[in-house]
Parts: sequence; C-alpha cells; structure tokens
Amino acid sequence: MKYVDEFRDGELAKNIAANIAREAAPQRQYRLMEFCGGHTHAISRYGIADLLPPNVRMIHGPGCPVCVLPIGRVDQAIRLAREHGVILCTYADTLRVPASDNLSLMRAKAGGADVRMIYSTQDALKIARANPGREVVFLAIGFETTTPPTAVAIKQADAEGLKNFSILCNHVLTPAAMHAILAVEGGVALDGFVGPAHVSTVIGSKPYEPFAADYGKPVVIAGFEPLDVMQAILMLVRQVNEGRAAVENEFTRAVTREGNLKAQELVAEVFELRDMFEWRGLGSVPHSALQLRPKYAAFDAEQKFKIDYVAVPDNKACECAAILRGQKRPQECRIFGTVCTPENPVGSCMVSSEGACAAHYSYGRFRETV
Amino acid sequence: MSAVKPNYTRALDLKHGRVDMSHGSGGRAMAQLITELFAAAFDNEYLAQGNDGATLPVANGRLVMATDSHVVSPLFFAGGDIGCLSVHGTINDVAVMGAQPLYLSAGFILEEGFPLADLKRIVESMARAAREAGVPIVTGDTKVVEQGKGDGVFITTTGVGVLREGVQLSGDLAQPGDRILLSGTIGDHGMAILSQREGLTFSAPIVSDTAALHGLIAAMLDSGAKLRVLRDPTRGGLATTLNEIARQSGVGMMLQESAIAVNQPVAAACEFLGLDPLYVANEGKLIAVCAAADAERLLQAMRAHPLGRDTAIIGEVLEDPHGFVQMTTRLGGRRVVDWLAGEQLPRIC
Repeated sequence: MKYVDEFRDGELAKNIAANIAREAAPQRQYRLMEFCGGHTHAISRYGIADLLPPNVRMIHGPGCPVCVLPIGRVDQAIRLAREHGVILCTYADTLRVPASDNLSLMRAKAGGADVRMIYSTQDALKIARANPGREVVFLAIGFETTTPPTAVAIKQADAEGLKNFSILCNHVLTPAAMHAILAVEGGVALDGFVGPAHVSTVIGSKPYEPFAADYGKPVVIAGFEPLDVMQAILMLVRQVNEGRAAVENEFTRAVTREGNLKAQELVAEVFELRDMFEWRGLGSVPHSALQLRPKYAAFDAEQKFKIDYVAVPDNKACECAAILRGQKRPQECRIFGTVCTPENPVGSCMVSSEGACAAHYSYGRFRETV
Repeated sequence: MSAVKPNYTRALDLKHGRVDMSHGSGGRAMAQLITELFAAAFDNEYLAQGNDGATLPVANGRLVMATDSHVVSPLFFAGGDIGCLSVHGTINDVAVMGAQPLYLSAGFILEEGFPLADLKRIVESMARAAREAGVPIVTGDTKVVEQGKGDGVFITTTGVGVLREGVQLSGDLAQPGDRILLSGTIGDHGMAILSQREGLTFSAPIVSDTAALHGLIAAMLDSGAKLRVLRDPTRGGLATTLNEIARQSGVGMMLQESAIAVNQPVAAACEFLGLDPLYVANEGKLIAVCAAADAERLLQAMRAHPLGRDTAIIGEVLEDPHGFVQMTTRLGGRRVVDWLAGEQLPRIC
C-alpha cells in the first residue's frame, strides 16, 4: 500500500536496527518512554523490541485515552444512561473500561441501557437529530487529537439549536501528563521520550520544549509507523550519547513547530482548562484537562444532568497506576494474565490494544516463557 | 360447468407485497408462500415430496452434520447476500470435515413487513448457490415474528454430508513440524460488509469472498496429501481459527507475515478503521494443516483449483506447551497472534 509499506520495510528496519546496536554504548542503559498508546501498539504489533539491543528498553507511557480514564468517569456515563435514560454514545474501546459494581458500559448496555458505539462525533449528532425526543450524550474522551472533532460538534449543535445533545467531557492534555510523570518525587528513571505523533500534528512540537530545557530530557516526535519509531529511537540514542536534550522531529511529514493553528483556535474557542482532573495512574493533575466554556454550558452533560464526579479507588491488586507512570512493567503485576485479561480487564491498561498490558498480553507474552 | 378453483385465487405479489403474520401461521397464506416462492426456487425431488420431512437415501459410510445461523447485516452486499452466504457457510462446515455435502435444510425467521421482492431475491440466490454446489435444499421451515422483533430475515441452514473413506480430519491432529496452508487473501468478506455498512467507498470495491469450498477440498483430498486439519476461518478470522487449532492440538505455531496475502483495498480499509485483517472474517477461504513432506504437493493441488489460486504456505506447527500462535513480522520482529478479544464486527455472517 502506497505511503504505508515504505514505513514498514523489513530491510530498512534491519539497517536502522544495526545503527542502533552499533551506536548504543554497551555500558549504559537507555530507558526510553513512548508516551503514546499508538507507539506502544506499533512496538508490540511489529515486534520492534526484538530488533533492539537489550540495553535499549522501551517503557510504555500513559498516552492511551481509555487507560487514563478513572473509574468515576465511567460511572458517571453509566449513571447517565441508566438513571437519566439518555442515549450514551462513545468510541468502541470505552465500552469495555471497567467501572464500579462490576459494570462497564457494555454490561450496562446488556442490562438495557441505551449505549451506542460510534466512529465519529458526527455519528452522535446524527443520532441526536434522529431522536429529538431523547437526550443524547457523547462521552468525549481523548488527547488533543480527538478534541477538535468534539469542538466542531459543539459548534454545529449550537448553530443548529440542537437542544438534546450534550457531552461528558474527558478531554485531556499531553504536556500536562508528561509534566506529572517527570515531577514524580525521586524522579523517574527515563532517558528520553518518543513524542506523540497525531497529538503533535495538532499542538506542534513547541509544547515539548520545556521537557528538554527544564528537565533535560530529549524528546523525538515520531510517526506511528514502525520505521518512524525505530528512527526516533536511534535519534534518542544519539542525543543521549552526545549529552544533548533537544526536541527533534522525526515526523516532519506531518508535524510542524506550531502545529495546526486552526484546530488550536477552534479548541480554544470551545474549551477552557479545568482546574483539576483525576487521571487513572497519575492522580489529580492541575490544568491537565478541558471543560466547555460557560458560553457552551448548555452542552455540558455534567451541568445539564447535575451528575457530580465521585472518585473511586482502583482495584487494590491492580498496578495500572505504576505501569502508567513507567515504574512497573505489565508482567510485574500480580494479576496480569491471570485475573486480568483482555476478556475480563480489571485495570484499564488491559482494555485498549494501545494499553501497555493489553499490548504485552496480546503480542508479547511469549517473551516470559523463554 | 364449475371448474375446481385453484387453491390460491391470487398469486403472491412478489413485487410490492410484504411478509405479514399470516405467512407464518400455518394456514393458506403460508402454504402459498412455500409453494410459489420456496418450492418453486429450490425445486428438487425431495422437497417435492411435500411432507414435514424429506425422505432421503442412506449414504454409505459416516455422516457429517453441521448447522449455521445467519444474521448478517446488510442482507445484500458486494459479492453476495444472506441467501448464498447461508448455503456456502453450511456447505463449508460439512466440507472441511472431509465430507461430500449431500443435503441442506433451511429455516427462515422473517420479520413482519419484510418486502417479498427482497425475500424472492434472497431465495433465488440460495437456490442458485445450492444448484451450483450440487447440494439440494430438501426441507425447510418458515416463521414470522412481529415487526421490530427481527431484522428482516434470519436464516439457519443445516447440512448433511458423507465422509470419504479413510479421511480423518480434526482440529486436534496438528503435529509439530506440520505446515500450515492458506487458500488465498484474508479479510475480504468482513471488510465488504463493514465498508458497505459504514458507507466507505474505495477506488476498487471490496467484494465478499463467499464461496462453496467442497470442490477445492475434493481436489485436496484427491491429491493424496496427508491432511490433518481443515478449517474455514470465518468469524474471528485467521488468527482466531489458528488459535482454536493450536489449543485443540496442544501445539504452537509460527507464521510468516509476509506469506499472508491481503487485497489492497481490504488492507486500506483495515488501516483506515484500525482493524487487523488477521481478525476479519472470511467466507470462502480455508486453512489446511498437513505433513511437511506433503506440503508442496498440496500447495500445487490447491493452486490448480480456481478457489485456491493464491494458496500459500504461511507457517509451521511447533511444539509449545503454551500453545502460542506467533508470527515473524514483515519488519523482522516477533509477536503473538492472540485470540480475538471482545467483538470486532457484529453480525458479519
């Protein structure tokens, strides 16, 4: 397939792998975090770890939208569907995120709640237009990539006077999460970041500059194709070797320093910063998420239906928090692969194929047997 | 001078008519639907007996019986419809056991209000598929449910076939060292359905691969190759079917990603929707596991058949107490090819 196969070429991969192996200093460890679930998925699906020397280790970051969604947020959505009788629309992976009382949106649906899987915010608008007598709520999740489409939907609904449409807003911000990881007391043993692909097309490379300047961590923004990831790893190894910390851009075919200004303006017009947002794994992080501006309050399901957020602690045995912070590997969790599997996820990292645990379970668990 | 009146004074309106509750009531309307539509299309000596069941000659040897329900949405898709799909699906389930399919039954659950013109199209498609396959539909049943209680039409078919002498195929017979063959590209059926459902269009349309595989399987058995397992990778796709075989046989597998062919539009659609073609349904493909020494012979026999033209050896059976199906990726890395988790595409067949 044109424009795709070029970035999955086995011969080129071998060349980059040979360069990484040659340039990585044998006496040192390279602990590199790929922030995005998209990268986690690519690394696992293409077996990239097999092409790296043992001292270059990839640590899976928290950039998986459903993984960072805390139980209390899913509970809110379930309450909307069950107690307020709304049509609850959301993206597919969200349906399986574990909530309180052994529920998930999928189980709530099986129990009679009207929960619908959609592919885009436009589908949610269509459902709202087709059901003028019902309230339709879009459970909006995701990082900066999925925020602009939500902003568009809000503006459309406003322009059309669509009164039965609202959103449960859980849009979160990448740089805030990276700050939270680096600000952990005692520090996290990280030598650099593979920076987000699609997120960076929107926000540009500029917001990562403080991580290089203030924390001294190299950041290389990379596309989601396997050769992108490998090239970024090589660039990170080089920065570490040279004692440099800069923001570099491997994904120049899509990412600029300034990003997509039109999308940024649109988001700024519709959303404002939340004072505080609870992330699964990272806890409450100030200014790390978005809420609708007062002008669009009529579309805010939290206000419309007066459903408060109630924090719910994670399952005690679940290590998602440490895994999302890069402090533990999936296989170091006691319930990984036994109690917690993709069919019956306990923690959210086991839900999406972008989650560290699901990626390791689905693609990499042969490694523990050899 | 009174002539005997025909049973049904007015013929079924197959252009504008709709299914109503009387078509499932057991009365005259149902009899008319059966006579004018089903019996006319399926037309064979067994159905013509007109009884509650068909009387069939007993075949020599062991019988194979399989059943399959079809709830696909949309009912009509590029490359087929629920009618031919319901014939192919059950024929294939019988054939992958190594049996020659002989007879089919068909059960219809119709929704009140369903256009008779659509039903006619479906029934004629079934009749054509059955005729082409040489497997008659010898008995059937029709029920009607109220509007809103069904989704147009659901079809359950059951097939009976007779095993060839000496043929022993089973999911638990794969042995370390065996080769794994795949009869062509993967993901065509699932993506044909999904792209139609989602209104995705590509420069080259995605066409379902729905087909009856008993001819190809007969050619494979004729080749004399030592076949151990045959399966058609339908729901859950290639990945799930291989995991079923690995679990039943208590073995592992190593696949070569570069040997698994995917049609370009299918690959593009999967890429676009974030799906892995390894998990997308097929309706006209099969997986064969055979002794290593016979792999080349089997490959040639399959490639000589129109439905096996693109057959490839895609991997090898390994000894592995964990039963992992693994794959060497195009990139040169290694990964597990796991069972499908959750549901990828509902109502695909």
